[in-house]
Amino acid sequence: MNTSETVIEAGSVERQYWRDVWRYRELLYFLAWRDILVRYKQTVVGVAWAVLKPLVTTFVFTFLFQGIAGLESGEVPYPLLVMAGMLPWNFFAVAVSESGNSLVSNSGMVSKVYFPRLIVPASSLLPSFVDLAISGVILAVMMVVYGYAPGWQIITLPVFLLVAVGAAFGAGLWLSALMVKFRDVRFIIPFAVQIGFFISGVAVSSSEIPEKWRFFYSLNPMVGVIDGFRWALLGSNQVVYWPAFIVSLVVVAFLVIFGVIYFRKTERGFADVI
Amino acid sequence: MSDTVINVENVSKRYIIGHEASKGDGLRHAIEGVFRSPLRWLRSVKENRQATKEEFWALRSVNMEVKRGEVTGIIGHNGAGKSTLLKVLSRITDPTEGRIRLRGTVASLLEVGTGFHPELTGRENIFLNGAILGMPRTEIRRKFDEIVAFSDIEKFIDTPVKRYSSGMYVRLAFAVAAHLEPDILIVDEVLAVGDAAFQKKCLGKMDEVAKTGRTVLFVSHNMPLIANLCTTATMLRGGRVAATGEVRSVIDRYLADVAGLGSKPLAERTDRSGNGEIMVTDLEVLDRSGKSAANVISGETVTIRLHYVCRDHGRKECRAGVMVRESEQLCCVLSTWMARPEPIYVSGSGHIDFTVRDLPLAGGVYTLDPFLESNELYDNVSNGGEMSVVDGDFFGSGRIKPSPHWRSVGVLVRHECHGFG
Repeated sequence: MNTSETVIEAGSVERQYWRDVWRYRELLYFLAWRDILVRYKQTVVGVAWAVLKPLVTTFVFTFLFQGIAGLESGEVPYPLLVMAGMLPWNFFAVAVSESGNSLVSNSGMVSKVYFPRLIVPASSLLPSFVDLAISGVILAVMMVVYGYAPGWQIITLPVFLLVAVGAAFGAGLWLSALMVKFRDVRFIIPFAVQIGFFISGVAVSSSEIPEKWRFFYSLNPMVGVIDGFRWALLGSNQVVYWPAFIVSLVVVAFLVIFGVIYFRKTERGFADVI
Repeated sequence: MSDTVINVENVSKRYIIGHEASKGDGLRHAIEGVFRSPLRWLRSVKENRQATKEEFWALRSVNMEVKRGEVTGIIGHNGAGKSTLLKVLSRITDPTEGRIRLRGTVASLLEVGTGFHPELTGRENIFLNGAILGMPRTEIRRKFDEIVAFSDIEKFIDTPVKRYSSGMYVRLAFAVAAHLEPDILIVDEVLAVGDAAFQKKCLGKMDEVAKTGRTVLFVSHNMPLIANLCTTATMLRGGRVAATGEVRSVIDRYLADVAGLGSKPLAERTDRSGNGEIMVTDLEVLDRSGKSAANVISGETVTIRLHYVCRDHGRKECRAGVMVRESEQLCCVLSTWMARPEPIYVSGSGHIDFTVRDLPLAGGVYTLDPFLESNELYDNVSNGGEMSVVDGDFFGSGRIKPSPHWRSVGVLVRHECHGFG
């Protein structure tokens, strides 16, 4: 018989919590697996949606911004520029929305079963990786079509991806915990994602931004990530504004650390207010 | 090593309830307020917020101890704090005060099918639900066939559960939970669902779980079920422990409480039968000195006083009586018809006394059903009152129970014994 003792009291022990997170790691995987399974059930085209969505968006943007607005993209074909930016942005946008909504949409579980709640927003990040992989394949095909080979920089891609994951996780922690109490967050998320799309430079190259705004512009961690993706995928003529990138790393670190602290603090009350 | 697996010390749980309704008088009012005097409006909103918050203690200094292998029932009225206690024990919510020690792994089943996803198939949901309840994947895989067999839905295992009947859904969900192997199993009133055959199967499974030395905590309103399944019980009332100990005695306490809850003044009761020409307005239990008493003692003189009122003027012939029951078991009937040869007449209002010398009832709580009748029924109130009897020296032998372990409820019969060597 397992004689491990559990102590429950007001403000439970921290060490016990992280031990439980480890013990429930399989749940992390199962919840993500459920979300992926469920997503395309009872649709006609099924998983094809994951391919159609980024593809159509890229065409629309190419047409809109280059064809009508006539934005410059330098020597890189515009569709590639947009697609390389869409890759991390879509990942971030979907991950943040899913993660932010996760606690409330799993409220039945939260109020009836014990498990470390951190698992919920964390697991809802995972399905976005599937989308990312599919979009990645599309981009690869496009690069072949345009005859564009990536340079050595591509090995740095995981670093930028990690920053995107961190940003999504940090924001997801805050939003999901806040939404338990304030359902207003549900309406804020899509709005913020929409605005974020325009201020993160998905449709434009960061070099278009006036120099004096560059630093503030780059405080948004996704700017660094998107620039980084373009640099890593499309080559050295795509500039990353490194000082701001460092700052955005700090922003992400703060987002995650204080996100975890805030989440842990409010977590005990989740079942009472959800 | 101590055998206590659950130790609850002074646990309290406070909820803050907000009264949203009293917050404001609608949007128009609020907008008006903001524009008239913004500062005062802000202040009033703040004060309102504080004023409308109210504390509610769902649990108050609860102490409890459960030993290994015990099956303990938790009983109490709605709102007594049972569910809160289970939520605290299963770590869904933190206690506000106090401390709980749990030895071993805990699985709680507060709801059947938590986390089931309607779009997923039965097979997929078994894995998902297992993971949510804390079962490792290897264990689920090992027990998969057993779970499916238990649930009796082999044919539909690859059908999305949204197409299941509610019975199938519940069977599958319980089957998963029944195959958990925690050291401590916490079960809320989940057996109330499903048909009789399946319920029986579930009970069998729970019994089996208990026999393997696991500890089970079980909440239900179904007293026969509790009596059947549990060895000990704890009764909660208003967030506090009202009784704890051997299951029968706690259930008795609970049933006495339930009966007490229905003690609306007898005259105001509407759940009565008869034409109402004469009505019972009160029942009193008097001890040997003729005073109204909370408890009377076996072997002593007891009077049950029945107060009545006539609707019309004039004398009426009447037979009055009181039936004395213990649960559903009728113990005896006291009646004017049997005790007096000549008919009695009543008018206006008054009372009739039934006096029993040497009360021949063992300790317990008895229910009194008064009735008034002649050729037709005037009035009859089921559970119109109760009489609490304390064991006494009925036989004059100095002994109050045949054996210390005896649960003495029933009629005592005076007797003699002869023929000793």
